[in-house]
Amino acid sequence: MAETAEALADTQFEFITFSAGGQSYCLEITQIREIRRWTPVTALPHTPQDVLGVMNLRGAVIPIFDLSARFGLGATPANERNVVIVAAVDGATIGLLVESVSEILSVDKSAIQETPDIKSEATRNSILGMISVDESMVRVVNLDAVVDSEKGLSA
Amino acid sequence: MTTKVLAIDDSRTIRNLLRVSLEGAGFEFHSACDGQEGVDIFPDVDPDVVITDINMPKMDGFGVIDTLRSGPNRTNVPILVLTTESSDDLKSRARNAGATGWIVKPFDDGSLVSVLRRLTGHVS
Amino acid sequence: MSVNSIRDTFFEECEELLEALVEGLAQMEDTSDDMEVVNAVFRSVHSIKGGAGAFALDRLVSFAHSFETVMDKVRDRALAVDEKLMGLFHRAGDHLADLVAAARDETELDDEIETGLVNELESYLDGDTAVEDFCFDAVTLDFDGPQIDLGGEDPVSSARVFHIRFAPSRALYENGHEPLLIFDALAEFGSLSVEADLSLLPEFDSFDPADAVLSWQLSLTTSEPETTLHEVFEFVEGLCALEIEMDQTAGPQAIELPEPSALPDEAVSPTPQDTALPQISTDVPVGVTSAETLTGKKPDPGQGKSTTAPATKELRGPKPTLRVDLDRVDRLINTVGELIINQAMISQRIEELDLPTVAHLTNELEAYKLLARDIQEGVMAIRAQPVKPLFQRMSRIVREASDATGKKAKMVTVGDSTEVDKTVIERLADPLTHMVRNAVDHGLELPAERTEAGKDQTGTIRLSAAHRSGSVFIEISDDGAGLNRERILAKAMEKGLVPPDVEFSDPEIDNLLFLPGFSTAGQVSALSGRGVGMDVVKNAVHALGGRVSITSTPGKGTTFAIVLPLTLAVMDGFVISVADQTMVIPISSILETIRPNPRDIHVVGTDSEVVSVRGSYVPIVDVADSLGLGQCDDKNSNGILLLVSTEMQGLTALRVTAIHDQRQVVIKSLESNYAAIPGVSAATILGDGKIALILDPEELIRLAHAPGHDPFAQHSRMELRHG
Repeated sequence: MAETAEALADTQFEFITFSAGGQSYCLEITQIREIRRWTPVTALPHTPQDVLGVMNLRGAVIPIFDLSARFGLGATPANERNVVIVAAVDGATIGLLVESVSEILSVDKSAIQETPDIKSEATRNSILGMISVDESMVRVVNLDAVVDSEKGLSA
Repeated sequence: MTTKVLAIDDSRTIRNLLRVSLEGAGFEFHSACDGQEGVDIFPDVDPDVVITDINMPKMDGFGVIDTLRSGPNRTNVPILVLTTESSDDLKSRARNAGATGWIVKPFDDGSLVSVLRRLTGHVS
Repeated sequence: MSVNSIRDTFFEECEELLEALVEGLAQMEDTSDDMEVVNAVFRSVHSIKGGAGAFALDRLVSFAHSFETVMDKVRDRALAVDEKLMGLFHRAGDHLADLVAAARDETELDDEIETGLVNELESYLDGDTAVEDFCFDAVTLDFDGPQIDLGGEDPVSSARVFHIRFAPSRALYENGHEPLLIFDALAEFGSLSVEADLSLLPEFDSFDPADAVLSWQLSLTTSEPETTLHEVFEFVEGLCALEIEMDQTAGPQAIELPEPSALPDEAVSPTPQDTALPQISTDVPVGVTSAETLTGKKPDPGQGKSTTAPATKELRGPKPTLRVDLDRVDRLINTVGELIINQAMISQRIEELDLPTVAHLTNELEAYKLLARDIQEGVMAIRAQPVKPLFQRMSRIVREASDATGKKAKMVTVGDSTEVDKTVIERLADPLTHMVRNAVDHGLELPAERTEAGKDQTGTIRLSAAHRSGSVFIEISDDGAGLNRERILAKAMEKGLVPPDVEFSDPEIDNLLFLPGFSTAGQVSALSGRGVGMDVVKNAVHALGGRVSITSTPGKGTTFAIVLPLTLAVMDGFVISVADQTMVIPISSILETIRPNPRDIHVVGTDSEVVSVRGSYVPIVDVADSLGLGQCDDKNSNGILLLVSTEMQGLTALRVTAIHDQRQVVIKSLESNYAAIPGVSAATILGDGKIALILDPEELIRLAHAPGHDPFAQHSRMELRHG
C-alpha cells in the first residue's frame, strides 16, 4: 500500500529544544506540559545536588531537577532568566531547570540516531538518541531515566 | 400519556436493571426499596403497573399485593411479581394473593416489556 | 446508565449484602431463633443470587442457591442451627465473598472448597437437592420465542383459525387484568374478531360493578401454534373459564381472507342489527368501547387517593442517600484545599498591606476562614465511613486463623460505628489483617494451655475504635500469654538486629518486633510464613501519618494501639523555622514547647545535648542537623524545643529556630510526583504560595540517631534504601 499522509505523520516527531549546561537538548513535545519562568523552590533535605527542591504548580507539589547538574555539567545558576520545563512522566509531573528554550524541531524518525557508546553509563541511559541540526547536535532526553535515577539516589 | 411503573425491590442491581430496560422502552420509572416504602409511595406515584419482588425487608411482596388489593386504597392496578422461582406453587400463591402476573428473574428485556405492554396497553 | 455501571453497582451492592450477611451470621450466633435475623441473612444471599443471575454469573448463582436453600429451611424452622451448622454458614459466607470477588475480578476459584461446601450444605437437605427446584431458564411469555422456532415454516401456509371462549371471573379483574389488553395481545398474532356475550348482564338495579358478567367469543386467525395462545392466557389461568379450539375447516380460507369481516364464521362479522352484542374488531382501536364502558371494572385510579396521600414523603422509609463517584468527592476535597490555601494567602496579603483600619475586614476574613473550614469539614465527612465493615472482615481472619492453628478464638468489637476516612480504612485492611492473624497465631495460647492458666478455652481478640482529640484510636488486643520478651531479645540478637551487650527496657524489647526481618514464630507457621513482619504494619500505619505502639503484660495479653489522623487531607500544625526554611510540624505529636533556659541545657560527650525538664534529662535533636541543613547557629540562646514522645526513644526535644503560627494545613503528597524523603512526611502550601515541608518527628529522631550505635540504626538505614 502506498504511503498515506497518516503513515507519514507517524514517523514525524516534534521536539522542543533547549539549552542546559551550555549543551543542546530536546524533549518530545507531547511530554511537555508548560514552560515557566524560574521561581525560588523549597529545598528538600537528603536529596542529590541536582534535585533543587519542590515548586507549587497550581496546588501540586512538583520536584525540580537541574538538568545541567544531572548531566555533570555544573549547577545552573538560579536566576530569573532561566526557565522550568514542566513535563509529565509516568503519571508524575516534574520540572526541569534549563537555561533557555530554543525552538520547535520537526524531524523524521530516521533522523534520530542512536546514542553512541559514550563512557558514562548514567549519561548514556539518560539520552535516548541524537539529532543533527545544521552543524550542531541535539540530545534527546530520556525523562524516565532522569526521574528514576533521581529517585534511586534520593530514596 | 406515558405509562408509569412502580418497581419494588430491595436489590439496587435489580432496580437499576429494571430502570434501564423500562425507561428504554418508554415507561416512566419509579422505584421503592422495600415493600413498606412501595405501598407508602404508591398513592403519590399512582402507577399504571406495579412490579414487586417477593423477598424484601419490612414488607414482603405478598404484603405489598395484600395491601394494594385489600386495604383502604385497594386498587386493581396490575401487579407483576418478580421472582427467582418459577414453581407453580409460587405462581398460584401469587395469583391467589391477587398478583396479575409474574416474571422470573433473570428476566430478559423483551419479555418483560411485552408482558408489561400486555398488562397496561403501553405503546413503546 | 450502561450495563457496565450496573455491573459495578451490583458488586458494590454485593459488598453491602456481604456485610449484612456477616453481621446477620454474627447475630445468629447469639440468637439463632430470631427469624428476623435469619430472614435478613436469607435475603442477603438471595439478593446476591438475584443480581448474579442478571449477569449470568452461574457459579455464584448456583452456590448462593445452595446456601439460600439451607437458610430457607432454617427460616421455615425445619432445621435447627447448631454450632456445626453455624460454622458451615460462616464458611459458606466466606466462600460467597470469595465468589463475588472472583466474579468481579474475573478470576477463577478453586473448585475443591466449593464442592465440599455444597456437599455439606446439601447434606442438610435430606436428598431434595437444591438444584432440583431450581430453574432459571423458565422465562415467561417470550413472545418472540415461538416465532423464531417457526422460522423455517411459511407463516401464511400454516395460518389457522382458533375459536376462543373466554369468561373471566370476578377475581380476574381484582387481580388487575384487563380483557381488552389480552385481546390486544392476541391481535398481534393475526387477525382477531371479538364478540361480547351480554346475556348474563343483570337488570340495572341489581348491577354490581365488581361482578364479572361479561364473557367473550373470539376468533383468531394466526400462524402461531396453540401454545402461544395459552401463553397469552397464562396469567389468567384459573381466573376465568377458557376454551381454545382450532377450527379444522376454516384454516385454508382464512389466509386469503384476513379481514375479520370476511371471515367465514358469520357470528364474528359485525351486524348492525345486533345491538345487544357490541363487537370489537381489531381494526377498531380498542380504546373506549361499549364493552369497556359496560364492564366498568377499572376503578378511577384517583379514588380515595387525595385523602390518604401523606404530605411529607421525606419522613418515610430509610434515610435518603446519594451515591457519588469518589473521584468527584476527591476533586471537591482538592478544591476545598485550594480554597483554604487561598484564604490564607488573602489574609497574609491583607496583613502585609498594613492598612490603618481593618477591623471590619478582619471580621469578614475571619468569617471567610470559618466558612472555608465548615465546607472542608463537610466535604471530609463525605469520605468518612464507619470501621464496621473493616472490623467485620477481621472476624473471618480470626476464624480462619483459629482453624489453622487449632486455637479457639472469638472476636469482640467495640466502637465499630467510629468513622474514618475511606482511604485510611482501605489502607488499614492489610495491617489489621496481619495484626489480627498474629494475635491469634502468636498471642493466644492453645486451649489446653489456657485451661491450665485458668482462662476460658476460647481466647478473645478485641478490636476497638474511638475518636479522641482529633485522632482515631484503633486497638487490637488479645487475652493471650503476653509477649515472650526473652525470646524476642534472643531472636533479635541471633539475627544481629541488636548488639549483644546492651540492656533493654521492656518497652524497648517489645518494639524490637517492629524491626524489619523480625519474626517471633519459633517455626514458620502456615499463617506467618507469608514473609510479612510487623515492620510492614508499622510502615503502612506510618504512611497514613499514624503511629503504632505495643503494650504487653505477661499472662494477660498484648495490645497493639494505632493512632491515626482523622483525615489524610488536612492537619493541624505549627509553622516553624528550621535554619532559614519554613516548615510545619504536626501539633498532634508535640507534648509541649519549651523556650529553654541555657542553664538547663547540658552537653553530654562530644556533641550530644540534653535538656533538663522538670528534673529529668531529655535528649535534644537538632532538626536542621537531622535534615542535613546545618545546625542552629547559636545553640544556647536561640531555638525553641518541642517535646515529643516516640515509641522507640521515649521523650525527645526537637530543636527548631522559631515557632511562627499554629494553623490547619492542607497535606500534599511528595510521593505522587517525586519520592518519600526521610524525616519529611509530606508538604503543604503556605499563604504566600510557597511550599513548606511537613516534618515527621519520629523519623527525624531516628535520623539523628542513625550514625550512632543505636539498635534502630539499621532500621533507619533500611528505610532510607527503600524510600
